[in-house]
Amino acid sequence: MATREEITSGLAEILEEVAGVNPDDVAEEKSFTDDLDVDSLSMVEVVVAAEEKFGVKIPDNEVQNLKTVGDAVSYIEANH
Amino acid sequence: MTSIDVVVTGLGATTPLGGDVASTWDAMVAGRSGVSSLTQEWAEQLPVRIAAQLAVEPSEVLERVRLRRLDRSEAIALIAAKQAWADAGLEGAGLDQERLAVSIGSGIGGAITLLQQDDILEQSGPRRVSPHTVPMLMPNGPAAHVGLEFGAKAGVRAMASACATGAEALALGLDLIRLGRADVVVAGSTEAVVHPLPIAGFASMRAMSTRNDDPERASRPWDKNRDGFVLGEGAGAIILERADHAAARGARVIARFAGAGVTSDGYDIVQPDPECRGGIRAMQMAIRDAGLTGADIKHVNAHATSTPVGDMGEIRGIRAAIGDHPVITSTKSMTGHLLGAAGALESIATILAIRDGVVPPTINLDDPDDALDLDVAALKARQLDIPAAINNSFGFGGHNVAVVFTRP
Repeated sequence: MATREEITSGLAEILEEVAGVNPDDVAEEKSFTDDLDVDSLSMVEVVVAAEEKFGVKIPDNEVQNLKTVGDAVSYIEANH
Repeated sequence: MTSIDVVVTGLGATTPLGGDVASTWDAMVAGRSGVSSLTQEWAEQLPVRIAAQLAVEPSEVLERVRLRRLDRSEAIALIAAKQAWADAGLEGAGLDQERLAVSIGSGIGGAITLLQQDDILEQSGPRRVSPHTVPMLMPNGPAAHVGLEFGAKAGVRAMASACATGAEALALGLDLIRLGRADVVVAGSTEAVVHPLPIAGFASMRAMSTRNDDPERASRPWDKNRDGFVLGEGAGAIILERADHAAARGARVIARFAGAGVTSDGYDIVQPDPECRGGIRAMQMAIRDAGLTGADIKHVNAHATSTPVGDMGEIRGIRAAIGDHPVITSTKSMTGHLLGAAGALESIATILAIRDGVVPPTINLDDPDDALDLDVAALKARQLDIPAAINNSFGFGGHNVAVVFTRP
């Protein structure tokens, strides 16, 4: 089981690779769109990469609920 | 014909000879070849293992994250357009975006993206296909990305007429300004299909040179031993501007874009008309549109791709439409054939020939075709006073485009 910190740092790596987000800016309270400038197409890439990295399945109807990094961490923590 | 004069105020390019206009032009005048061996593993199985690849990789210019959302053809169109924009002094010029248009085409479009994503689809399934696939492969992608970069709101046009695309994109830009639809047009073309499938396709047509052991000498227009074209990649962009608009902002004018002629052969889907009738009509139309006569045209940047039939047909066409006096060149002897991007790059070469009074050479012309009876600046650049010049581009589908540039 990965800790919340480990999941956050894994997401930060993905966000850097896909969208050029500075890993230092990634924190649980940050919104993907408003704070980190991740557009809708890049969010699709983030989700697919996160599924692979953490061995989870994130259905499309779940993605719209993942507003912040913390939302994604919670989902991954609960489902992987 | 029209009271609206159109001028060229900026140039940009990334080519097999250099990462910008200045380095490309220096190499052209020096007669250097941009053709080299394809050393990629995928090339081993191909009958053609040479190409004119970019001198400067897009990754040296654009940042990584931006690049991964751009097809290679889009990336290099953007690089060329940004250079042209800066060259024209348009950075921070506060242009009216509703009077700014883009006309940038491609012969083939985002083929590399299409093929790479198809590999992913086959190997890993549909969920792994990039969400950026469609905007990367769509043929209007290069024009759209350039339009976004500068906030163009007077229309973003994407010409597609195979190897005539670049010249026809310029002709469309000329029309847009003359018709009053824009004051400034970022015009040009791009091509990036150095990939096994397009190469195999052209090779199956027996259209490409197979001089694999001597890449720099493979593109040899009008030479007796020419055996087909050499594929090149690159992009060129030209800032077209209404003359009074350019004057009002004190812009430097490089040349006047005086006229264009566009015709179609109605002859064959890929074979050029050996009599070059459509090409002759395009040249005549462009010269008339410019208010000139054949006698005024001192230089021709020919389409001449190094194929057995096309090269000599064009020579007969130039003689019929212009006369026996112009000094001709085929810069494809150095750059290879950039397909849709050829017309933009060769128009840039034509404009610089006028500016500098020099015709770049046709290299590799060691043993001229017996029927070659015009001056094609063989092997060495030629000093020449050039008040007016023409660039020809012909494409699969029977497209013929000629564009005339003059001194400002």
